[in-house]
Amino acid sequence: MNPAMLTLYVFVAAAVVAVLVMVFTRTVLFAALSLIVCLISVAGIYALLSAEFLAITQLIIYAGGVLVLILFGIMLTNRIAGKTQRTESHHIVPGLVISMAMFITLIVAFDKTSFIQPDRVPMPGNHINAIGVELMSTYAAPFEIGGLLLLVCLIGASLMASSFKKNDHA
Amino acid sequence: MREPTLLFFLSAFLFSAGMLIVFTKKNAIMVLLGIELMLNAANLNLVVFSRQNILLEGQFFALFVILVAVCEAAVGIAIILKAYHYYHTSVPDQISDIKEKN
Repeated sequence: MNPAMLTLYVFVAAAVVAVLVMVFTRTVLFAALSLIVCLISVAGIYALLSAEFLAITQLIIYAGGVLVLILFGIMLTNRIAGKTQRTESHHIVPGLVISMAMFITLIVAFDKTSFIQPDRVPMPGNHINAIGVELMSTYAAPFEIGGLLLLVCLIGASLMASSFKKNDHA
Repeated sequence: MREPTLLFFLSAFLFSAGMLIVFTKKNAIMVLLGIELMLNAANLNLVVFSRQNILLEGQFFALFVILVAVCEAAVGIAIILKAYHYYHTSVPDQISDIKEKN
């Protein structure tokens, strides 16, 4: 077994364990931290699949941005300060049935599909240069729309979460 | 097990687990985490198939999915904070009135 495959197995195992912790824990903080472990493992898998740019993006955005955002959300919605926030589960049996059905459907669909096997071998080296060029030429329109979406989202989220009120009611 | 098969199984597992979390957890923040997990499972598939066919399209799609997922997380947390401020709970089951109480 080559080292790349071994690393892949380690990342897959880490992601699976983190997701299981997320499903079974009752502390919201633990769930958020294990989500980050899972996302970092997936970033490692991206790096092994020669999607380096995506791996770095995932690392910066999720570990740097979304983690902090969610942790602040958890801390600010603590009703009693100093008490860990717990989450209860409900509808466990229907939820299990639906998600197991989804899993089995996906596996069966994958098993029954015949994929076209490309005759080319994956090219060595990284694609970061090609991604930069494509992002500024072919994908310029979605890129700009994405920037606009981020701006709208930034303004909307900060307006919504701010405690500033127009009228002095309440 | 071949590499794409393993990763497809991982992706299906992540998606189902995210679905389970969305369905069964009561806290709104947990629901948000489950949605992030499902989007990430879709991204993993896109990258695996992009690698299979040696095209960059899958990676671009995944990049834009990450962008939208971040927007969704930010707005979702803002809505949860606002709802918490008003109803003093982050459990959607306990929020039953949509109109302001008099």
